[in-house]
Order: sequence, then C-alpha cells, then structure tokens
Amino acid sequence: MRAWHFTEMPYPDIPPFDQLKNTRVTIPNRLFDPRIGADLYHRYLDEHCIADELGLDIMLNEHHASASCIDSVVPLPAAILARQTRKARILILGNPIANRGEPVRIAEEMAMIDCISRGRLDVGFVRGVPTEINPANSNPAMTNERLWEGIDIAMRAWTTHDGPFNYEGRFWHKRAVNIWPRPYQQPHPPVWITGSSDRENVRKVAQHGFTFATFLQPYENTRSLFDEYRKHYVDAGVPNQGGTAFLPLVYTADSASEAEKGAQELLWYIRSNKTEPQFKNPPGYASIALNVQALQGKFGGRTEAVRAQGLDYMMEQGIVIAGTPDTVAARIRKFYDQVGGFDHLLMMQQAGHLDHKRTVRSMTLFAKDVYPRIKDLPPTVKAPAIAEPVPAK
Amino acid sequence: MQHHNPQHLHQIGPSDDLRLEVSRRGSGPPLLLLTGEEALEIDAPFLDELAKSYEVIIPAPPGFGRSTRPDWVTGPDDIAYMVLDLVDDLGLKNIPVIGCSFGGWIAAEVATKDDGFISKLVLVDPYGIKTGKPTDRDIQDVWLLSPDEVMALKWHDAANGKRDLKSMPEDALTIVARNSESFARFGWEPYLHNPKLPHRLHRIKVPTLLVWGGSDGIVTPRYGEAYRKLIPDARLAVIPQAGHLPHIEQPQAFLTELRRFLG
Repeated sequence: MRAWHFTEMPYPDIPPFDQLKNTRVTIPNRLFDPRIGADLYHRYLDEHCIADELGLDIMLNEHHASASCIDSVVPLPAAILARQTRKARILILGNPIANRGEPVRIAEEMAMIDCISRGRLDVGFVRGVPTEINPANSNPAMTNERLWEGIDIAMRAWTTHDGPFNYEGRFWHKRAVNIWPRPYQQPHPPVWITGSSDRENVRKVAQHGFTFATFLQPYENTRSLFDEYRKHYVDAGVPNQGGTAFLPLVYTADSASEAEKGAQELLWYIRSNKTEPQFKNPPGYASIALNVQALQGKFGGRTEAVRAQGLDYMMEQGIVIAGTPDTVAARIRKFYDQVGGFDHLLMMQQAGHLDHKRTVRSMTLFAKDVYPRIKDLPPTVKAPAIAEPVPAK
Repeated sequence: MQHHNPQHLHQIGPSDDLRLEVSRRGSGPPLLLLTGEEALEIDAPFLDELAKSYEVIIPAPPGFGRSTRPDWVTGPDDIAYMVLDLVDDLGLKNIPVIGCSFGGWIAAEVATKDDGFISKLVLVDPYGIKTGKPTDRDIQDVWLLSPDEVMALKWHDAANGKRDLKSMPEDALTIVARNSESFARFGWEPYLHNPKLPHRLHRIKVPTLLVWGGSDGIVTPRYGEAYRKLIPDARLAVIPQAGHLPHIEQPQAFLTELRRFLG
C-alpha cells in the first residue's frame, strides 16, 4: 500500500455559497486576490515538500475556472516539486487530455518532468468532470473517444525512439511526432486513469494494465469497480503500473473530537461544489440512458447523491476517514477488506479553510503512526512493482 | 402523438450505417420541412394546418429522432449533402422548403450547395452565421445559460414552452435526449454557425422568406436582418409576440405569412 498526500489547492476565501450561483465556471476572478493566491501556492507546495520529508508520495490535479482548485496548470507544480523533492513519487491525476487536447505537448511535459525528477513521475489521464466542459469549450460528446485517442498518441510519443512518426486520427492530425526528451522511466511512466461508473472504461483501463483510481465513492460501488478491474487486468509489464486506487478525505488527529472537527472542515470540498444544472450535465457528456433518467427526475448525478449526505454516512462508507491514528489505521484496513483490496490510498488531507498547522499535524500523525500499520497491505495485482525507478538504458 | 408511429428509415449513400428517419404528413404537393433541434414541430398545430395543403416530408438529421449517427458526421455542412441525397432518391423537384432554427441552418446550407429543386425557401429564426465581433454573443449561449434563462430568451411567453417531460414514455424521452446530445455535438464549435456560410449564401437564387419571432432572444431580429442582407432575393417578416419558434408560438400569424409567400 502506498499513501499519497493531496490537496486540490482551494481558494476558500469566497462569499458564502448561498450568495453564489456557481463556485465554478462562472465565478468571477475578481474574487481572487493574487496576494492571497501567492501565499496559498507557496503554502500548498510547502505541504507537498513536507509530505516528501514524511515519506509520503504526492498527488496533484487540475481544474479550471474554480475556487475549489487554483491548480489550473498541473505540470507547473509537478515540475516545481520534481526539483524541490527528493524521494516522493509525483502523481498527476490527471492530465485533462480530452479537454485540453495537445497530446504531444502533454507527452513532452511529462517526459521532461520525469527526467527532472529522475523517474519519479506517475502520469494520470482524465476525461474531465462535466464542469470542465465549458471552461475548455470542449465538445461534451466524445470525451471518452478523445481521452483514449490522446492517450494513444502520448504513449506512442513516449515509446517511439527512431525519429518522427505520423498519426492521423479522429481528433488529431500529427505528421512528425518526435519528442525530446524521452521519458526517464522505461518504457514510460506508470499510467493512471480515473473512473466513477462506466464499466466499459474500467475494463479498458484493466486491459491496458493501467492503474485505476476512483474518488469519494461508497465502498460497495468502489468494490464493484475494483472487482471489474481485477477480472480484466492484464499485466503490461510496466514497472510500478497497475492496481487500484481510492481517494477519501483523510484527517488524523490526536483526539476523536479534533478529528471530527478536521473532517468537518474537509467537507468544504464537497459542500463547495455548487453549480447550475447546465454545468453538471452538459448534453452528450452522460449516456442517453442516464439522460432519460435525468429527464424523468430519477438521476441528479452521483456527486449530488453523496453531497446530500452527512458526515456519519461518509465515515461509514469510507468517503471520509478520520480519527486518531488507531481509528484511521483500523478504518483503512477495514476499507481494504470491504473493497477486496486496493493498492494506493490517495488522501485529500487538506481542503477549504483547514490551516497549515492542522494540515501538517494530520499529515505527520498519519505518516508516523498510521502509515507503518497499513504499508504491509499486499498489492492486489501482480505488476512488476519495484521500489526504485528504472532509468532509461 | 404522431411520432410514435413506426417510421421509415431511409438509407443515404452506399453504406447502411447512415439511415434517416423520414416522416410524412398530409397530402398534396410535396413540401420539405427541416425541424428545429427539439423537433417540437412534429406535434404543433401549424403542421396539422400545413398537412391540409401539402404532403410534408420531414427527415430527421443524423442523431435526431431515430436516425443513425455515423461518427464522421460533424455538422450541418455534412447533413446538407444527406438532404440532397434524399431529395434525389425521392425525385423531389420544384418544392417549397421550410427550415426552422437548427433545421433553418441546414436548409440554408442545402440551398447554397444546390437550390435547383427548391421553388421557394423559408427560413424560420435560423442559426448558421456569425454577424458581429469576436466578443459579441450573436447567438445567445444556450449551453452556458441556465435552463430557465434559456426558456425566457427562447419564448415570448416562457409558459408556452413548458413540456411535461416526466409523463412522456421512455422511447419519446430517448428521442428528446438524442436530439439534445446531437444538437450539442454538431453545434458546439464553432458555436451554432459555419464561418464559411456567409460567403456561400449569395448562391441562393430562389425567393427566400426569413420569418423571425419579434421577441426571439436567442437570435434577435437584428441577426435576421443581417441574414437577409446575405441572401439576394430575401425578405424578412417579423412576427410579434413570438420568440425563437414563431410558427409554434403564433401559428396563425406564421401561416398567414407563409401562405402569402408560397401562394
């Protein structure tokens, strides 16, 4: 089991949610004070450096036009941390290749960060959540198709070493792809893909031997996705690649009451996700069958269903893991059993107004008193997992 | 509801992956109707009236209604060729063509490619061109605004646009969802227009009537005036107390304009 520290890098000093139509997409950036933003960037990067010192790995992500996440260009912090950290693996989860496009540019960025970090990069690719559609002006139909064609181009760019190749596909036309540098890790950095319900996508991830991650889901959903993954997993022979990952909100504290307070603050992340219907479900993003349910009033989105629940439900489901080190370790081990095992614990240990001191206290308690008690949980797929990255020959 | 009747799927071109649902209503000389993106025309009173004088032929574009949607189709420019294929297959000659909203855009594309089969062309609040500066919203952004805001812009009286979706059967809702998805797929970027279309509209030589809802807030009558200037033999008729779909919101006034034009 590997544990990864994560924050979306929120900008929490916004007006009360009931005074805002949306916290994403349309929220005006006059509400962003660059002086506060500068402090926040340095603080969050400092916390990632502390994670490195504590022996945790690092996860980064990207969103656009959102107060929930001012990490809008994820290769930038990844590059900074590639230079500023020494041991941690750095996971980008992920590159929004379906919305951003530019698969060759993404392959170049990742190869460069992989070299600077001397092979500590894990590369996620994501389809992007519905609220990313409008900021990217990306056609909501065909996001899956663009995701997979983009991955195909990036992978070929990483693994072709004999000069230019051409790729004339459905979405991108490239005639002389020949990236410098190539990745440090061979044949390429471990690849991760996220998913929340699309089982066909889970099978595809498994058949490529990529690592599969899912976020903030009740454990029964998580188990069924992980079971599907394990059933179809094919070892692609890539070091450190393959297996499953889950992301809960995690707060470790000296006392149960402190833990509950911390967990309540982390829930800012879920509460802050306020958007109008046109941004939650742009036409073509979800399947026709789901949209029929939506028209019948039976489907309001998975996130909405979880959002409506309180802390007790989320703790029961494993969406929030909070408590003293004993409680947290026991809850993770139990969750491991509930989902039939998993390989990576992606921990959102900071959200909303949770300050630096309390974030670091939670991270430290986790690293010192929890991590040693879950590290032995065995891998769930037989990928050629090795501790040290393999440098290019 | 008429659209639950079994419909004919018409294969276009040599491959059977492209089959369009073609509905026919009424009797008389043929008239081609390209509906709006929601296909509300199918159940609208103006169509019943029209069907008394014409055999109205209504093809659903790919991805709309029950028509298939091959992956290579990207918008009205492609769809226009399918309409021309259908017209050839059915041997239609010298017929009136009416296109509404998204269907108006398709009809304009068709006529720029070949207007030889068209006697007269009617475009009702069509999309298809950009008239202003890059930062002008010539076409209000229906995917950025809330559903309530869209309704207020689209209808003179938003109550006229209310639909009881929850009581509709599942196959009808499947079509609602398909229409909505395909509309976005084809209209997302460039947003509901073809930058080349303004440079082709001069090719339309047949008499053309642009009908516009005076209260259309999605594409305003000013946009209609810009459209009119690009088509050589075109006239603009503005219908008061009607929004983006004047033929549905003010059917009598619409039919009066239509009869005056078609004769």
